[in-house]
Amino acid sequence: MAAHEEGDAGGIAAGEAKAGTGVVAAARQAPLAAPLVEYLLRIGDDRLILGHRMSEWTGHGPILEEDIATANIALDLIGQAAQFLKLAGAVEGAGRDEDALAYFRDGVKFRNCLLVELPKGDFGDTMVRQFLFDAYSVLQLEAFTKCGHETLAAIAAKALKEDKYHLRHSSEWVVRMGDGTEESHTRVQASLDRLWKYTGELFATDDIDAAVSVLGVSVDQAGIKVRWDAMVTDVLTRATLTRPADGPMQLGGRRGRHTEHLGHLLATMQSVARAHPGASW
Amino acid sequence: MRFSREQLYAILGTVPDPEVPVISVVELGIVREASQREDGTVEVTITPTYSGCPAMYEIEKDVRSALEAAGARAVEVRTVLSPAWTTDWIPEEAREKLRKYGIAPPGRAESGGLVMLTRARTPVACPWCGSRNTSLKSEFGSTACKAIHVCNDCRQPFDEFKAI
Repeated sequence: MAAHEEGDAGGIAAGEAKAGTGVVAAARQAPLAAPLVEYLLRIGDDRLILGHRMSEWTGHGPILEEDIATANIALDLIGQAAQFLKLAGAVEGAGRDEDALAYFRDGVKFRNCLLVELPKGDFGDTMVRQFLFDAYSVLQLEAFTKCGHETLAAIAAKALKEDKYHLRHSSEWVVRMGDGTEESHTRVQASLDRLWKYTGELFATDDIDAAVSVLGVSVDQAGIKVRWDAMVTDVLTRATLTRPADGPMQLGGRRGRHTEHLGHLLATMQSVARAHPGASW
Repeated sequence: MRFSREQLYAILGTVPDPEVPVISVVELGIVREASQREDGTVEVTITPTYSGCPAMYEIEKDVRSALEAAGARAVEVRTVLSPAWTTDWIPEEAREKLRKYGIAPPGRAESGGLVMLTRARTPVACPWCGSRNTSLKSEFGSTACKAIHVCNDCRQPFDEFKAI
């Protein structure tokens, strides 16, 4: 924890040292850590936040089987997040482990995409969001299994098996609800229309992607997008759902600009760890 | 005390999996390597079944205490992720133990193809009566590694060890 606080103070001081009109902006936006750390936080945070959203169904599932399913998916995602964040902490080398990164970072330091932090909504919202993410995740993880970073490739190979299983489950629910009753069809179509503007961020690239590709960690985002489109269109067609048009997309999560929902999620997720730092049981 | 590799595996073979106690952590494929260094320290390499498997800490503790009870002075347990665990590592005798315990053993793990959307699945044989007239009730079960089916002939619900 000490290392974490010192790191933050150092970052803000560095921003202020630039002086002039950039001071406020520099202090407001968390300083960018080494590109690979940033990149690993994006991967880990996507799974941590989505895993937490899934865990919100525990004890509230629409049927017992889905209560078990959502809890199991949450467990897989949080387990994957722990591995990716552990690696991020090791690469950073400032003494932060996966728990420090999950529980003692504030919202502006999170690098997850906006799609995963949106409230869980109803079961249709949850399954459509899960499907859109799973379809992306299996392609992303598959690419990582062939990347030049040995540990990242090993974590991805393991996570890929789990996410393929999640994708089968979420895609089947999208088909069942889309091609179900008039009520279920109308509601999941509305979920899809609402969530679509958050899918562009999955494929957006910036200078971090360019920097890590030099390190042998590159994912052909444009190539993934083509395959994702084909996979999603196939399932939506079977589900008798209409694929929304690609309009303006919501971005910002990768740079720490989040929706209001993330703060509420973190307040719950981090409360015990922050009330009792270092507690174990 | 000196141990041969065979002796170490024999000791580890007595450590049951905490969630499926009918088979050992060796049979499940969690133990990847066991050896003894010159200084007497026993090194055991384990791999998790699932990324979020909550039993890994228990397994590490159980491995350590089994070796210490057998006379090992120092034990080091290391966790590796590669190669990723697969149910294909579970040997035939262990599959039979699972079946007798009421858990349908895993089929062959899928490889190659990236996704199998809405594909037809071969029904899993009931571990109680052997019938293949069974239905999948839930893709997910009581632990990360199991799914739930029901037999349409003997009417028994049963767990299946998911093939991954």
